[in-house]
Amino acid sequence: MLAAIGVMALLAVAIGLVLGWSAIRFKVEGNPLAEKIDAILPQTQCGQCGFPGCRPYAEAIAKGEADINQCPPGGEEGVKKLAELLGVEPKPLDEAHGTPKPKSVAFIDEQTCIGCTLCIQACPVDAISGAAKQMHTIIAAECTGCELCLPPCPVDCISMVPIAEDLPHWKWKHPVVMMKRVA
Amino acid sequence: MSRELFKFKGGVHPPEHKTESTSRPIHAAPLPKKLVIPLRQHIGNPAKPVVEIGERVLKGQMIAAADGYISTAIHASSSGTVVAIDLQPVPHISGLPDLCITIETDGRDEWVAHAPLDYQAMEPSQLRMQLRDLGLAGLGGAVFPSAVKLDPGASRDCPTLIINGGECEPWITCDDMLMRHHADEILQGVAIMRHLLGSTDILVGIEDNKPEALDSMRSAAAKLDFAVEVVAVPARYPGGGAKQMIETLTGKQVPSGKLSTDIGIQVFNVGTSYALARAIHHGEPLISRLVTVTGHVLRPQNFEVLIGTPMHTLITLAGDRDGTTGVLMGGPMMGVPMPDLDVPVVKATNCILVKSKELFPPLPKALPCIRCTRCADACPAELQPQELFRFAKAGDFGRAQEYHLFDCIECGCCSYVCPSHIPLVDFYRYAKSEIWAREKDKRAADLARERHEFRQFRQEREKKEKAEKLAAKAQTKRAELAAVPAAEGAAVSDADAKKALIAAALARAQAKKSDAAPKNVDQLTPVQLHQIEEIEARRTKIRELARKPLEPEEKNP
Repeated sequence: MLAAIGVMALLAVAIGLVLGWSAIRFKVEGNPLAEKIDAILPQTQCGQCGFPGCRPYAEAIAKGEADINQCPPGGEEGVKKLAELLGVEPKPLDEAHGTPKPKSVAFIDEQTCIGCTLCIQACPVDAISGAAKQMHTIIAAECTGCELCLPPCPVDCISMVPIAEDLPHWKWKHPVVMMKRVA
Repeated sequence: MSRELFKFKGGVHPPEHKTESTSRPIHAAPLPKKLVIPLRQHIGNPAKPVVEIGERVLKGQMIAAADGYISTAIHASSSGTVVAIDLQPVPHISGLPDLCITIETDGRDEWVAHAPLDYQAMEPSQLRMQLRDLGLAGLGGAVFPSAVKLDPGASRDCPTLIINGGECEPWITCDDMLMRHHADEILQGVAIMRHLLGSTDILVGIEDNKPEALDSMRSAAAKLDFAVEVVAVPARYPGGGAKQMIETLTGKQVPSGKLSTDIGIQVFNVGTSYALARAIHHGEPLISRLVTVTGHVLRPQNFEVLIGTPMHTLITLAGDRDGTTGVLMGGPMMGVPMPDLDVPVVKATNCILVKSKELFPPLPKALPCIRCTRCADACPAELQPQELFRFAKAGDFGRAQEYHLFDCIECGCCSYVCPSHIPLVDFYRYAKSEIWAREKDKRAADLARERHEFRQFRQEREKKEKAEKLAAKAQTKRAELAAVPAAEGAAVSDADAKKALIAAALARAQAKKSDAAPKNVDQLTPVQLHQIEEIEARRTKIRELARKPLEPEEKNP
């Protein structure tokens, strides 16, 4: 009897040590689920979800504080992917957070720009180049189309230009197949 | 021939329709009034224009330079004046325009100075740069810059060189005609490839439905000082595909996701070899090619065509007929429909196939897939087309990739045999382009994340730096002040130090004020002096007035 208790106690101590050591040795930095969610989010950093950027939204989803349908740039497909990752039912986008728009980039009317730098401060990805009292311009390749530069502009010289389809961006469309009526 | 041949899986035997266009000799297409030369004719970066509007250019002059390693130059196909550098319709299924250089020809066809290259004396890398600047790209269909393919790499060597004269697709005969009439030059090109790649085993694969081409190539090969084996391979579509040709001739399969060079084999089309010989032995850039014009035309034949010639002029030359239902660039299996016939002939244009109802009856309406797997039997890439179709249709691109979608060569055998007439290849093209678009989006998102994170880091850093700077400044000031009373032997508290600081600042401001004397009071007339006095008097009065009402308020709170 005593021997049995002793063996069990020893086992418990040994296993406890192993567990304790591995908890330190294999500690995962950060939240791995938030990382995975962040990888699905479109990184527009637009804040339409109500969080200051994609990463905070991802963390909120991971904690269960935010729903998965708050990201209009991600669209229905983004919701579907998040649902798949989290093992929940996909749901339609929450209209309160906006509706998906065609992909656009910001464009500064250089004639009107007064060089106030407010848009530069607002841009979440540093995609506007310029300096005080110098004309500003958008680095189109870096622009995520988040529209955060629109409200601060005092002269309303920024507009969103949808990305036109050109040869390098052209995609094959889903084939439309005429099906024969059977029966 | 004694060589043992191997059999690739699948394939089909569509009607060949080759004799229509081989009965007439090669004609040089006349010089058009206007040449529209697209800058994106090859795989890789489009070429960058190096001429200006209004500039006179000569035949063979470089008008756009290669941009980067995987790119190649573009040349003027004839002499004339550059009239536009803008978006023009190009031979692409989308019908979208692309950047082109338009040259109005002057009819003189005047060549730029050009000379043969002594390739044996040249450094290989230098020779490859020359070939890039001569605009060489694969003429078999993929238009991959040849200079890149002719680089065996640092460690890899390329013992086997295959020259592809398969031309398995129905209707197309440009390679056949080229081999019949220019066998010597094709093999001159092979000699240059052999020099660059160091290949020891050189094979020319030609389908056995081209006996004239086989004879012509064999007699030309017999004259060479190195061994070239011309092999007749059984005609079976897509036997002219690079991977299928490799398997037929060597029995080796290129592993999924690998290049043929990974197993020591490089493949070039006969047209590329011919263009290479013209480039080296004559110094001529790639400005023309053979194009088969066939199908529903009066005189199907092959033309030697300048790059940039509008397609409709060739159809008119071959004799257009009523009842045309469309035009394909390429053959019936892999060709793409042309949305517009004003589009120019490009380096990739091997065939212009005019369709009619009789020759190409419209496909019956599709029926649902019954999973008969006839497509799987026909697939030369050994894929499961019925599964790929299911995944592509459902948008399950991940699964499609697991089923090796990217090994699909889009040969069209599956669509050809499908009893339900489903345009299977269209679905694979759609899936591939969606996957590429997603990868592009993913890269853009990663870049945005990186930039956003760096911005946050930068803002934090700036905040910290500012705080540190202020703290350091306050510290030095405090130390300065502490030093003065310490000399006097008195202990000072922080509040005292602050007071002293403020007093010092006030004293500085006072000193500044008194120092600042007006600069325009030196030589004044008595009238002006009087005016100044008056103004000063008024000012003091106003100041006193301004102070007065404040005093009672201060006294009676």
